[in-house]
Amino acid sequence: MSQIDQSKIRNFCIVAHIDHGKSTLADRIIEKTGLLTSREMQDQILDNMDLERERGITIKAQTVRTVYKAQDGNEYIFNLIDTPGHVDFNYEVSRALAACDGAILVVDAAQGIEAQTLANVYLALDHDLDVFPVINKIDLPSARPDWVKNEIEDVIGIEAQDAPLISAKNGVGIEDVLEAIVQKIPAPGGSADNPLQALIFDSVYDSYKGVIVFCRIMEGKVSKGTKIKMMATGATADVVEVGYFGAGQFIPCDELSAGMVGYLTASIKNVKDTAVGDTVTDAENPCAEPLPGYKKVQSMVYCGLYPADGAKYPDLRDALEKLQLNDASLFYEPETSIALGFGFRCGFLGLLHLEIIQERLEREYNLDLVTTAPGVIYKVYKTNGEVIELTNPSNLPDPSEIEYMEEPIVTAEIMVTTEFIGSIMELCQERRGRYLGMEYVEETRALLKYELPLNEIIYDFFDALKSRSRGYASFDYDIKGYEQSELVKLDILINREEVDALSFIVHKESAYERGRKMCEKLKDEIPRHLFEIPIQAAVGGKVIARETVKAMRKDVLAKCYGGDISRKKKLLEKQKEGKKRMRQVGNVEIPQKAFMSVLKLDDGK
Amino acid sequence: MDSLGVYVHVPFCVQKCAYCDFLSAPATREKQQAYMKALKKEITCESSSYADYEIKTIFFGGGTPSILKAEDIGEILDCIRKHYRIDKDAEITLEMNPGTATREKLTALKKAGINRLSIGLQSADNTELQMLGRIHTYEDFLKTYHDARETGFHNINVDLMSALPGQSMEIWIQTLEKVLALEPEHLSAYSLIIEEGTRLFERINEFPPIPDEDEDRRMYQETKRILAEHGYQRYEISNYARAGRECRHNMIYWQRGMGHTADYVGFGLGAASTVKNMRWKNTDDMKKYLLAFDGEKAQEIKEDIEKLSENDCMEEFMFLGLRMMGGVSKSEFQKSFGQNMDDVYGAVIQKWIRQGMLVQQGDRIRLTDAGIDVSNVVLADFLLD
Repeated sequence: MSQIDQSKIRNFCIVAHIDHGKSTLADRIIEKTGLLTSREMQDQILDNMDLERERGITIKAQTVRTVYKAQDGNEYIFNLIDTPGHVDFNYEVSRALAACDGAILVVDAAQGIEAQTLANVYLALDHDLDVFPVINKIDLPSARPDWVKNEIEDVIGIEAQDAPLISAKNGVGIEDVLEAIVQKIPAPGGSADNPLQALIFDSVYDSYKGVIVFCRIMEGKVSKGTKIKMMATGATADVVEVGYFGAGQFIPCDELSAGMVGYLTASIKNVKDTAVGDTVTDAENPCAEPLPGYKKVQSMVYCGLYPADGAKYPDLRDALEKLQLNDASLFYEPETSIALGFGFRCGFLGLLHLEIIQERLEREYNLDLVTTAPGVIYKVYKTNGEVIELTNPSNLPDPSEIEYMEEPIVTAEIMVTTEFIGSIMELCQERRGRYLGMEYVEETRALLKYELPLNEIIYDFFDALKSRSRGYASFDYDIKGYEQSELVKLDILINREEVDALSFIVHKESAYERGRKMCEKLKDEIPRHLFEIPIQAAVGGKVIARETVKAMRKDVLAKCYGGDISRKKKLLEKQKEGKKRMRQVGNVEIPQKAFMSVLKLDDGK
Repeated sequence: MDSLGVYVHVPFCVQKCAYCDFLSAPATREKQQAYMKALKKEITCESSSYADYEIKTIFFGGGTPSILKAEDIGEILDCIRKHYRIDKDAEITLEMNPGTATREKLTALKKAGINRLSIGLQSADNTELQMLGRIHTYEDFLKTYHDARETGFHNINVDLMSALPGQSMEIWIQTLEKVLALEPEHLSAYSLIIEEGTRLFERINEFPPIPDEDEDRRMYQETKRILAEHGYQRYEISNYARAGRECRHNMIYWQRGMGHTADYVGFGLGAASTVKNMRWKNTDDMKKYLLAFDGEKAQEIKEDIEKLSENDCMEEFMFLGLRMMGGVSKSEFQKSFGQNMDDVYGAVIQKWIRQGMLVQQGDRIRLTDAGIDVSNVVLADFLLD
């Protein structure tokens, strides 16, 4: 491998708005460079989790190395690093970008620039990547490539007149893209003679090899036997294997040197030791300083996860343990709820991350889960000077002990066609948004900028945005920081008993509205009992909203003749079975889905 | 000698009623004759299993058994008499619809051995009868009833339904009073249940509105009060009788466990049996049923055969026994299962006593009036895990 000419390496990624064809283009590049025949291609090679294919998004960064014989007669090594496509994974994206030297910007020929296009391209430019655009989906009848070219130049300010016009789906124009990669993306810098300095941009856990660390070698070289050190976590290990990325497989090689992208294994047992963004160096000949940009991953959204069947608690614990092997950003710790029993308080990068983990637990580990309302981390400043980072509303101290509270705020950019500006602004106002400004991207589209409390956007903001813009609005955000806020804990009382799993923190001004909606929703979810059940929302012991589930007056099998007892028994069994899926709180049986349905409260005007 | 109840199913009717989810359909005389033939063969073939039994009750149910000729009923009874031992005081009931029996037919039925009639009136209001898809008027019923009395039937049940679409309390009380004036020995009064697969279920929008739950329960409570005034005791959720006139056949279904065990066997299409803790159901496929008794040897028609476990038996002792207003007896439970009822069900019983749905009186546990209204919820709790 040492004879690889550093000037013939191209390390790049593809950035795009969701659905603009990033993964399809990646597949075409792999196919055209002969790594796989099209017969061997499974659709979208790089999205290899079922969930990724279904949702059409990339959750985990994937990397593949291919060889391209360019028109100049030389062979080039392409390392394509596919980045996650969602704001929840922005930090992972930024590290993957840092591993590249250039980026392909894919823009949909019909839709043009979207909020994520901008966010991602700015992220790439921030990392000093050379970005060149390609215009995809030119086969669509509504395609307007010239208009999109102008838009790219006007809005982003990068040259777009000679952008390849392609249809990744139909394999049109892919050659142009490959040539552009050779010509427009610079070869990597660095020298193999310097001390080792490699950027970790991802890692996966393999039960045989331990953690497989994905890295970009910035300086120096690494091979089997090198004693490495992770500069941020301090972990050390002896390298067992180095290699590069085939399509869906790891191909060992002798050495990785400056400019190359590959993996290393060193019998590391925990992905926590190989944090994304950390710098790998040679323990015996360390580099002077780590690469910039390392951040400790922080969970932004928390919720309680409980097994629907209490006896499955150990199974849930094992499953979380296994998922965490591969996902250092997943946090969990045991907690107990009066209503739900034993479970875990889990931390996630965002709501999508939460949903993904939840779905994987349900599908891959066959667990039935009850999820409590997701919340953010609040900072509680107590009168005694103590500061608590609150992740579970039940742990909120008594109001008398609280000096003040802070909540996380994001800066959000919303791209929307002009006809929906009004309704989106209204939505942002309802969600306590602070208007920062608006730019017209073109005549019919504007970019709205708001500051929004994170807890207002984690529930259903994205759904609400879509429904109020008929699907046209797109959205991206960045965490800005913490701000003091008038927050209260909203408690739900069912039959006069507080249900801890339904409590949540809400802004004082929204408490009444949210409480009312919660009560209405719960009224529909809780089946009638033999007695009347009041459902109340309360703040600080004061009831602010109430609904009532009327008592059931009649449930009787009038006719029981003919000796066909089995049929009658089945009816009773069905009744009993329904009860099993309920949680008992005091005298009231609450269906498990009631705990989750209250998460979606927007009435979607 | 063990006791046996015999059920004979007659799956024919003149026309399907709007609320009916029983196994029944109109049929030609040829079909009826083919069915009769198979039925007699089934009764004959099965007899060897019941050599040690004495039949205490026979019940012809349907459908509309009275659609058959009196001779048909006679032949079936003769067939049973020939192959089984029958108690001389056996209760032998025939379900009938008004307008399906003349005075002559009633005389013949009486002669054939029928000693109890269960007449499906449902309502004394002709508009309601028409809405339900009944083929008779109240006047037809009156004629049949008087004919039955005059031909010597001294044990008659009348079926009634409350909470019909559009029904008011006033109309319901009128129905009750009209029927009470006739002084039948027994009354079945159920509040209507709309079963899936019935015309009423499919086309509920074409019917007048159904009384709401509160009205339904008021009607039910009024029924109990009015009938009690006239000397009828409610002895099961929907059944009322003058003293000593309870339907013995139905009691066999509801009273499980030792002490008063009677097994029951069902003959005919779809009929259910429970014998020595074995339970099964005959096929409800008419073709299959007829073919089974066509050749020399009878084919198997028993389906869903299951052996009842100790737990099954305890569950049924409770959830069927509690349908009876007398409830269940702790000492009988102990005798039947060798276990203390409280050891098995103590927590459940106490829970429902606290909520006022069950009450304990000496050795017996029974449903309260409030408990009857929501009995499914209470009874479901007696299923064991």
